[in-house]
Amino acid sequence: MWSFFHKLGSPPWLYGISGSILRWLLPLTLLALVTGLVWGLLFTAPDFRQGNSYRIIYIHVPAAVVALAGYYVMAIAGAINLIWKMKMADVAMKAAAPIGAALTFIALLTGAIWGKPTWGTWWVWDARITSMLILLFLYLGVVALYEAYDNKEAAGKACAVLSLVGTVNIPIIYKSVDWWYSLHQPASIKFTGESSIDPSMLYPLLLMITAFYALFTCCLLMNMRAELLQREARTNWVRKLALAGGRG
Amino acid sequence: MSAPGPAAFCLRLLRRQLVLAVRRPIEIGNPLLFFAMVVALFPLGLGPAPDQLAGFAPGILWIIALLSNLLTSDAVFRSDFDDGSLEQLLLSPQPLYLSVLAYIGAHWLITGLLLALVSPVFALMLNLPGEAIGSLVASLLLGTGVLSLLGCIGAALTVGLKRGGMLISLLILPLYMPVLIFGSAAVQAAVNGSPAGPYLALLGAMLSLAIALAPLAIAAGLRISVDA
Repeated sequence: MWSFFHKLGSPPWLYGISGSILRWLLPLTLLALVTGLVWGLLFTAPDFRQGNSYRIIYIHVPAAVVALAGYYVMAIAGAINLIWKMKMADVAMKAAAPIGAALTFIALLTGAIWGKPTWGTWWVWDARITSMLILLFLYLGVVALYEAYDNKEAAGKACAVLSLVGTVNIPIIYKSVDWWYSLHQPASIKFTGESSIDPSMLYPLLLMITAFYALFTCCLLMNMRAELLQREARTNWVRKLALAGGRG
Repeated sequence: MSAPGPAAFCLRLLRRQLVLAVRRPIEIGNPLLFFAMVVALFPLGLGPAPDQLAGFAPGILWIIALLSNLLTSDAVFRSDFDDGSLEQLLLSPQPLYLSVLAYIGAHWLITGLLLALVSPVFALMLNLPGEAIGSLVASLLLGTGVLSLLGCIGAALTVGLKRGGMLISLLILPLYMPVLIFGSAAVQAAVNGSPAGPYLALLGAMLSLAIALAPLAIAAGLRISVDA
């Protein structure tokens, strides 16, 4: 157990293990994404009220769910960096921020595209949408703060503090559809009790959510590997790797 | 001379900050002038129709309070960081939590409290109905406290940076938004004749939570900035 924990602090080990995880996770993710998309877009019945426009749910909901979860990944990685001064947690936090921002942006964009035919407007200042916009700003704030520091160790700690402060907002975003009267519908998928979505539409959606989680993990690992190489550019193991042609 | 206890030290620090502010009255006057000038911008931009202005008044007054807080919070730690007294404070055996509270308290007294006290004048200028003024002052008193605490988190994280000014707004505005929502909702409720109490209670809850937690984040931020 402890040797595993200590190994986590070693960049070459992390680089190697993340490479071997990616080798099977990446094809699986792509397979799940393609299967989920084809299933959701081509082989489910159209919604009786929204017609075919509801199919964007297969992008919108997974992106939104993983964007929120990604914030916790970033904040927890930041906390680990602050408490145990673990460099790899700092790498993970830095890698998570732009991915989270991209997913939040996708959720907002697909939401706007979905809103036009169903609500008749691209954008409303509704609790859920506004709070997702705040989430985007929180992610961008972390990215901007990291870039502003020249001292990257201090940058990691400052961003960790900022992302921990921002976690206060995340439960508000989750609960915004229940607390405020909102145009946005409440969550359709429930872990306890009956989901308000038909199983034939639910299963491809669950597959897509899983695929997006896997996609987040893949992007996170790839970002971390790139960051590791950049930080350790002057060390022996990176030089050896470069001389061996990048295999490792 | 023996070292003062934590509470006495905290009070002395608060007094020092206030004396520093009083010696430079323009620093106290600036946020109020800013408040007055931005209030004057809205009738120019939105048109001077009284009912229309009255409808927007809760939001306008709250947004200006928020912006003037944002602009002043940048400077809370800057001069002490530049002359090294902040580093001495971090090295001193006094609990940083309380010292940080003294800084925030001074900032709130010279911006938030003053703004809340003069806000009725501007509210009348914007035709805000008289019965809403009580909840405007109350919501500003509670809300600017939260704003000062949150703004100081941003100030602590960016105090060591050369170009902190623009960055602090990006970091802090997302955190300000819940305060703005409940603050202006409290005033709006009073305008509509419904009770503002629940919103004020929520603002009070936010203030308690922020007093308990924000100084920890500020202390951590200051240590990071001084170490960097």
